[in-house]
Amino acid sequence: MQLSREQLLKSYWQMRTIREFEDRVHDEFAAGKIPGFVHLYAGEEASAVGVCTELEDRDYIASTHRGHGHCIAKGCDVGAMMKEIYGARDGLCGGKGGSMHIADLSKGMMGANGIVGGGPPLVCGAALTAKTLKTGGVAVAFVGDGGSNQGTTLESFNLASVWKLPAIFVVEDNGYAETTASGWSVGGSQVERAKAFGMPGVQVDGLDFFAVNAAAREAVERARNGDGPSLIHVKLHRYYGHFEGDAQSYRDDGETARLRKEFDALAFFRQRVTEAGLLEAAELDEIDRQVAGIIDEAVAGAEGAPRATEADLLTDVYVSY
Amino acid sequence: MADKTYREAINEAIRQEMRRDHRVIVMGEDNAGGMGAPGEDDAWGGVLGVTKGLMPEFGRERVLDTPISESAFVGAAIGAAATGLRPVAELMFVDFLGVCFDQIYNQAGKFRYMFGGKAVTPVVIRTMYGAGLRAASQHSQCLYPIFTHVPGLKVVIPSSPYEAKGLMTQAIRDDDPVIFFENKAQYDESGHVPDDAYTIPFGEANITREGDDVTIVAIGRMVNLANQVADELAKQGKKATVIDPRTTSPLDIDTILESVEETGRLVVVDEASPRCGMAADISAQVCEQAFKDLKAPIKTVTPPHTPVPFAPELEDAYIPSAPKIRAAVDEVLAA
Repeated sequence: MQLSREQLLKSYWQMRTIREFEDRVHDEFAAGKIPGFVHLYAGEEASAVGVCTELEDRDYIASTHRGHGHCIAKGCDVGAMMKEIYGARDGLCGGKGGSMHIADLSKGMMGANGIVGGGPPLVCGAALTAKTLKTGGVAVAFVGDGGSNQGTTLESFNLASVWKLPAIFVVEDNGYAETTASGWSVGGSQVERAKAFGMPGVQVDGLDFFAVNAAAREAVERARNGDGPSLIHVKLHRYYGHFEGDAQSYRDDGETARLRKEFDALAFFRQRVTEAGLLEAAELDEIDRQVAGIIDEAVAGAEGAPRATEADLLTDVYVSY
Repeated sequence: MADKTYREAINEAIRQEMRRDHRVIVMGEDNAGGMGAPGEDDAWGGVLGVTKGLMPEFGRERVLDTPISESAFVGAAIGAAATGLRPVAELMFVDFLGVCFDQIYNQAGKFRYMFGGKAVTPVVIRTMYGAGLRAASQHSQCLYPIFTHVPGLKVVIPSSPYEAKGLMTQAIRDDDPVIFFENKAQYDESGHVPDDAYTIPFGEANITREGDDVTIVAIGRMVNLANQVADELAKQGKKATVIDPRTTSPLDIDTILESVEETGRLVVVDEASPRCGMAADISAQVCEQAFKDLKAPIKTVTPPHTPVPFAPELEDAYIPSAPKIRAAVDEVLAA
C-alpha cells in the first residue's frame, strides 16, 4: 500500500460521497423530483475512485451513461452535479446536459456519454493532446462490458496501441449490458483482447479498492513513461437497475439485497484500513456523517435552485455563428 | 498573386496555419503515406495529394497517418480538439461518414451545448464529395445536408481555389467544429489565390454574378455551372444574380432573400439528393419569408432521388448540368 493517510481519507470520502449521492438520487427520482433518464453507479465505487486517485489535474477521463461516480472521483463539484441532474440553471452544465451528459472539462472530466462506446475515441484524442503538447498527462476511458463490444472501443484499442498513446481503458464489467449478461455477450476475455491489441491487460476485483488502485498505478506509470496504453478489467456489480425505473426482472430474486451485503466496497475498505491500523473507525464514521450532510445540502440546493428558462434555449450552441 | 489549383490552395492554407500555430495537426488515412512501409515517405500526401509535403516540413508528430479506423481517429481528433489541439482530420470520402458519424454529430456537435457552453472543439474534418469521376454509389455522394441538419456543426463548401484557401484558413482558426467539403472533380481547377494567408468569414454568401431578372443559388461545384448559365443569358439580354452561399451552416439566407426581393424569380441548384437537401431547405425558407416577392414558382435543379450510378451515361444523366440549369431558368423566366 503506497497511499498516504490523506489519500486514504480522501478515497474513502469520495467513495462514500458516490454511494450517498446515488442512493439519494434514487430516492429523489422515485419521489418524482428528477426528470429524465438516470443510471446509478452505487456498488461500483472502488473502480472510479481506485483509478482516479492515481490521476492529476492535467489528466483526462471520459465516462459512460453511468457517469456520476466518475465525475465525483475526478473532482467535480457535488452541489453543481446535483443541480445539473435536477435541470437547474446553475447546474454544472447549465441544465442542458443532465445526468447522461454531466461534464467538467476544467476538471479533466470529458463527460458522461449517452452513446455506449462514445468515450474511447475521445480519450485517444485527449491522450494525443498530452503526447503532442508534452503535458505529461494521461487519459482514461471508462467503458462498460456492453461498451466493450462496440467498434469504437475496439478501434480505440488499436489506435492507442499503434500511436502508443498514454491511454488507459477501464472496462467496468457489472455483469449486465442493460439486461443482457456479459457472460453471454462478450466473446473471449477482456484481458486477452488487450493482449491481442499489444497492450497489457489485467483483471481486478472491483470490491477491492486497493487492487483497482494498484492496477491503475501501474497503468498510469506506464502511460506517463511513454510506454503506451493498458487495459484494466474490473469485475463489479451495480446495486440498482440499468436505469432508474428498471424492474430488474432479469436478475435473481434477492440479488441486489445480497450484493449490498456481500459486495460492498466501502465496508471492504473500512475493514482493511482499520484492521491494518491505517485509519480509525471513528474517522470513517465522521466522514460518513459529514458526507451525509453535504448530500442533504446538495439536494436542498438543487430543489431550490432557479430553473433554466426559455432564454437559455438558444445559447451555447456555437462559439460564434 | 499567382494561379494555384484548388488542391494547392487547401494545402497552402493548412501549411500556413501549421506554421502559425503549433497546436494545428493533421491526421487521416495516408495523409503522408507509407507509414511503416519500406518505400517512400510522404508517398501519397492523402489519396489525391492534398496534404502532400506537410509531413516533410512538420514531421510525423504533426502529420499523423492513421489505421483505416475512422471512428477512432475522427473521434480522437474531436477529443484532441476538446483538450487543446486544433486538428485537421481527413475523412477521405464523405461517403464513409457512416462509420464515424456518432463521433461527429453526437459528440463534437453537441459538446458545447450539453456542457453548458464550457466546451470548445476547434476541429476541422476535411472530406471529399461529389459525382463525376465514375466512382459509383459509395464514393460520389454530397451528404452535406446531413451535417447541415445537425446543430453545433458548421458546414463549408468552397466553390473555387480562392474560396478554398480563405475558407480553410477560417475553418482552422474557427473555434467550432467545421466540416469542410472538397469537390474531388475540382482539385486541378486553377484560379487566382493570394500567397498570404486570408480568411473568408462563414455565413456570408458570395455574389458571383449580378442581375435583376432571376436569382440562381448554387452550391460547391455547381457555382461554376450557374456562372456559365448566367454568362450565356447575359449574351441574350437577360441578367441573372448567382449566389454562392459558401457555407450551408451558417446559411446567409438574408442575401438570398434580398436578391429574390429584387428579381422575384429563384432557381436553386444543388448536387445533393433532392429530399431534405439544400435546394429544398432554401426553397422552403424563401417561401416562408418572401412568398409575396415571388413572381413565379421556385425551381430546383438536383439529381433524381437515386444513388449515384456508375455507368458514364447514367452518371452524366444524374448530375445537374448547365443545360438543365438553363432549362429551369428559362421556365422560371417564362412563368
